[in-house]
Amino acid sequence: MGKFEVNLKINNIPVTVEEGTTILDAAKKLNFRIPTLCHHSDLCVAGNCRVCVVEQKGAKALPAACATPVSEGMDISTNSAQVRTARRHVIELLLSEHRSECTSCYKNGKCELQDLANEYRVNETTFMKLVENKGYTIDDFSPSIIKDDSKCIRCQRCVRTCTEMQSVSALAVVNKGEHQKIATFMNKPMHSVVCTNCGQCVTHCPTGALIEKNYIDQVWDVINNPELHVVVQTAPAVRIGLGESLDLSPGNRVTGKMVSALRRLGFDSVLDTDFTADLTILEEGTELLTRLKKALVDKDTETALPMTTSCSPGWVKFIEHKYPELLPNVSTCKSPQQMFGALAKTFYAQKKGLKAEKVVSISIMPCTAKKYEANRPEMRDSGFQDVDYVLTTRELAMMIRQAGIEFASLPNEKYDSIMGDSSGAAVIFGATGGVMEAALRTAYEIVTGREVPFENLDILPVRGLEGVKEAKVLIENVKPEWGFLEGAELSCAIAHGLANAKILMDKVKSGEMSYHFIEIMACPGGCLGGGGQPIPVNNEIREARMKAIYEEDSSLKIRKSHENPEVIALYEQFLGEPLGHKSHELLHTHYTGRKKY
Amino acid sequence: MTDVKELIQAKVKCIGAKREALMPILQAIVEEKNYLNEEDMIQVAEALDLSTADVYGTATFYTFLDTVPRGKYVIRVCKTISCHMAGKDEIVDTLKDLLKVDLGETTPDKNFTLMQANCMGWCHKGPVMLVNDDIYTELTKDKVIKIIHDYMGS
Repeated sequence: MGKFEVNLKINNIPVTVEEGTTILDAAKKLNFRIPTLCHHSDLCVAGNCRVCVVEQKGAKALPAACATPVSEGMDISTNSAQVRTARRHVIELLLSEHRSECTSCYKNGKCELQDLANEYRVNETTFMKLVENKGYTIDDFSPSIIKDDSKCIRCQRCVRTCTEMQSVSALAVVNKGEHQKIATFMNKPMHSVVCTNCGQCVTHCPTGALIEKNYIDQVWDVINNPELHVVVQTAPAVRIGLGESLDLSPGNRVTGKMVSALRRLGFDSVLDTDFTADLTILEEGTELLTRLKKALVDKDTETALPMTTSCSPGWVKFIEHKYPELLPNVSTCKSPQQMFGALAKTFYAQKKGLKAEKVVSISIMPCTAKKYEANRPEMRDSGFQDVDYVLTTRELAMMIRQAGIEFASLPNEKYDSIMGDSSGAAVIFGATGGVMEAALRTAYEIVTGREVPFENLDILPVRGLEGVKEAKVLIENVKPEWGFLEGAELSCAIAHGLANAKILMDKVKSGEMSYHFIEIMACPGGCLGGGGQPIPVNNEIREARMKAIYEEDSSLKIRKSHENPEVIALYEQFLGEPLGHKSHELLHTHYTGRKKY
Repeated sequence: MTDVKELIQAKVKCIGAKREALMPILQAIVEEKNYLNEEDMIQVAEALDLSTADVYGTATFYTFLDTVPRGKYVIRVCKTISCHMAGKDEIVDTLKDLLKVDLGETTPDKNFTLMQANCMGWCHKGPVMLVNDDIYTELTKDKVIKIIHDYMGS
């Protein structure tokens, strides 16, 4: 049944749209931009900021364009004198409760409220400033996120993000009227409540109320210290996101330029998290096959299946809180960041003839939860903190600006060695379904001796932005040592965004669905949509980044983790074999059940 | 000491564990022990599988759901315009003087908490106040002194 069409006029131009379309979207169709603050295409309509008001002929009040569906014969004006005055007053009222210290604000130049204040030429003296009278809290106890109430305009994007996209609800609207604010349970600091540090609230906050905790100055300090050898690793999703923070359009692959920029910033060695992503596949793939053997052949009832991935620290913290009883199902593999950190101060230091205490390891991540992960007490297997500082993609962009590097004209350079080689399978870790695809490319080949039976190694069923995906792979004509898997159908599931993770894990927990292997990424779209990635983000941008990731994969000669020459050498020279003694010591970890509520 | 857990379980049994059970459960706890503490809200969150922040947000929105300890008698003087014009300031001052507390405070013996509230729908008989669930209208200084002395004696 087709939808009814509605005819209306916007700024005297007739337009026909589907019933149910908002005035905001109808105006967009005619290329009229209506300003918004509380509206976000990822989230449900709130209609609370009122900055999108428009004039409707014959109506008494000004309707909010984001929350009002069109109706037949509507006559809308998006830019009348009344509309402009109303919007200016709305912005001025918001500013009366906003600590506008723009020059020293971390979001200076990237703040949606600041942009609107500029656009509407506001007068900050129209309304009395209330910030100092009301008092406010700045919570900077978390290693990942800073929450500053004095910058909050109560648009509630963070609350909707945390609830709708992540099923966490660490943040809620508390109190009422003039006392209303966004807070955690009992106004506790973020680090002490059920929060996964995923940073989606940060990427959805229009102002400086929620930002990542930045470690830029600390990183400059270690770079400038001649005594120290500073290595940097870059996560898969950084290379397809970084450009957006440096004036390039979404979907630009900037791997080579990023490597050049890091070298020019003064890092002693520019290395790749993709190297340890490949390593993760060998460890995790072997772990999966070992678990399958234990469960199917040895009939070991203590072996937990399905096995879930452990790369996403937001997901790990989520399962520690929400499903502590399922922790045995989580792969014991550390994330690629932490594998890299543990090797940087052991294998790498030895190979380069460096003292481990003189090696500083920095990582560039699309993620705020990685900052928390690096600070976990378990992540010190090298004898030191394995990863010293974690910077988000946005912080790296800021350093590149600070250094005066003109990014767009940089040459393409290659990663240093050792721990700089990678495969296409590692790059796709940055997209939802990527770890699954990479694992299948390797595990299938280990078991059968043949390449995974998909054209060009592209396992399409696991790709894309659908919330929960499933795939089945039939394993036939196996090598003799894997005889027990002959004819087996490997059943896999993938979820991204913690709300989807919850849907999937509830089904696993209740026994409604059974799988062998599950990939979960905390952020919508996977790491490419991570809490440390450039702002803004929406599905269109996620699609562009995803396209870039798969292009990067296709462009590489080596596309299977087990063919990464440096990984092969690492096993020969240092680790021995996957799941071997040394691996257990450095590359595997354990998890902690945490409070559920 | 009331067992809040049992109270919640009993409520869940008759009204279910869906989100709409949140308000009646919070009200029942407040009715029983005057206010909601951290542990109570955690237990409610657990029983209904809601986030604690969500429960806290709801509890702090409603004036009658207290999240800090209150006295045995909670006095709420209407602060809205009709009662204001009918002289609620004198009533508040009398109460402050009698109880030796400021607005929002509780007497050291934990018997009285003095607060203001929004309109209670008695505009024609202002100024008014609530003591727990009992309404007192057309208040004067002398009337208030007598009412409070009666509570003190009881």
